[in-house]
Amino acid sequence: MLKNRLIPVLLLQNGLLVRSELFQIHQIIGNPIHEVQRFNEWNVDELIYLDISRDGSYDLRRDDTKVKGLDHPLGILDAVSRTCFMPLTWGGRIRTTEDMRERLRRGADKITVNSEAVRTPSLITEGAKCFGSQAIVASIDVGRNAQGNREVFVDGGRTATGLDPVAWARECERLGAGEVLLQVIERDGRGTGYDTELIHAMASAITIPLIACSGVGRFEDYPSGIQAGASAVAAANLWHFKELADRLGKNALLKAGVNVRR
Amino acid sequence: MTVGIIDFGMGNLNSVANAFERLECPSFLLTEPAQMKTVDRLVLPGVGAFGDGMANLNRDGWVPALEAEVRTGGKPFLGLCLGMQLLATRGKEHGDWQGLGWIPGVVRRLETTDAAIRIPHMGWNDVEIAKHDGIYKAAKGEQTFYFVHSFVFCPEDTSVVSAWCHHGERFVASVERGNIFATQYHPEKSQKCGLSVLRNFLQASAC
Repeated sequence: MLKNRLIPVLLLQNGLLVRSELFQIHQIIGNPIHEVQRFNEWNVDELIYLDISRDGSYDLRRDDTKVKGLDHPLGILDAVSRTCFMPLTWGGRIRTTEDMRERLRRGADKITVNSEAVRTPSLITEGAKCFGSQAIVASIDVGRNAQGNREVFVDGGRTATGLDPVAWARECERLGAGEVLLQVIERDGRGTGYDTELIHAMASAITIPLIACSGVGRFEDYPSGIQAGASAVAAANLWHFKELADRLGKNALLKAGVNVRR
Repeated sequence: MTVGIIDFGMGNLNSVANAFERLECPSFLLTEPAQMKTVDRLVLPGVGAFGDGMANLNRDGWVPALEAEVRTGGKPFLGLCLGMQLLATRGKEHGDWQGLGWIPGVVRRLETTDAAIRIPHMGWNDVEIAKHDGIYKAAKGEQTFYFVHSFVFCPEDTSVVSAWCHHGERFVASVERGNIFATQYHPEKSQKCGLSVLRNFLQASAC
């Protein structure tokens, strides 16, 4: 039987690993390669790497986080791929099928598209045609508009789109996406638990797998994502600040009766 | 012992090379069919759609060279994911395409009537081993592999099946016929279970 997955999300900004809060605050927390090596040793199910850099600069400022020769995000992908012995999804700044091809060639198994998919929905279809639906993950960031309703945001949460999250998820599936990664801006870095209502609504509306993210503060928060209908549960910050984050996360899922890989 | 990884523009090459590096076996990316003569083992990896995969193999002249090396020459061959599906006679992904036809059968969409079963089949799943020699030699305990696919290979003769998997329906996780091995899952992404499969492939003898 297919296992539910537990996935760390690593955020990369200008060549450094960062933690994120509300999509606005980004603290540098470490070296992008060392962290992956740690997860590999832990036998992690899968890894999502998101390059959230907003400009083109990759100056690695702090000495202790510096990786020699890495001045470009794809150099980081190469290095990650060499140490990454688990499935890897790469996202951020992907605008064309050539961008996708380049990342898959360098060792990514799947790529995610977010802002560009909203601007040019055919990108999802073209990607699915070239690389198969299973390689295309639609990443959806959900915020609240002035009326207090949920809405899809792009450009790192800065631009509202007018799209309804559940309708957009369904559209992404129709366009050819093989999976949806859901992030909820107001939960990002807050540790208040998943938005289970939205997870449930979105997972019920699509037939492709949903990866739930945003809001995990304790390992005990994971099962609620699966119970709400997600196929996989992800978190970012929790992985950096807790020891044995994989084992303890799996234990919390097993204890709740979730079928995970031991 | 050297491994040649066929680079026909369908992704996932570094991961495969990294896995062989982990096994301390030199591997080379092959960009021209003639290079296949220089290696001891051939791997056809693939992330992508059936039609594109066959188009690339045909365009770059891989098909006759593969026939000569693998089917006539008996060089051990391992197809991964799309690389397994391309062994079929026909593929039904976004159209109807002719495959290599090395193992008669078709590639069709994974079928299920259970709404709770999500497709693509993506993630870790247990396999039921049908052939305990070959790539599963000495496999012990729970065998869990990483799958990412929406289409499955249905061979006409199921005696070639070396392992089965379940996702909505029972489908082929891997096949083996003589010097030809292939897996629907990604051994290069399946941690210890996957490494063991690749190690066994390196030990397979030529036919």
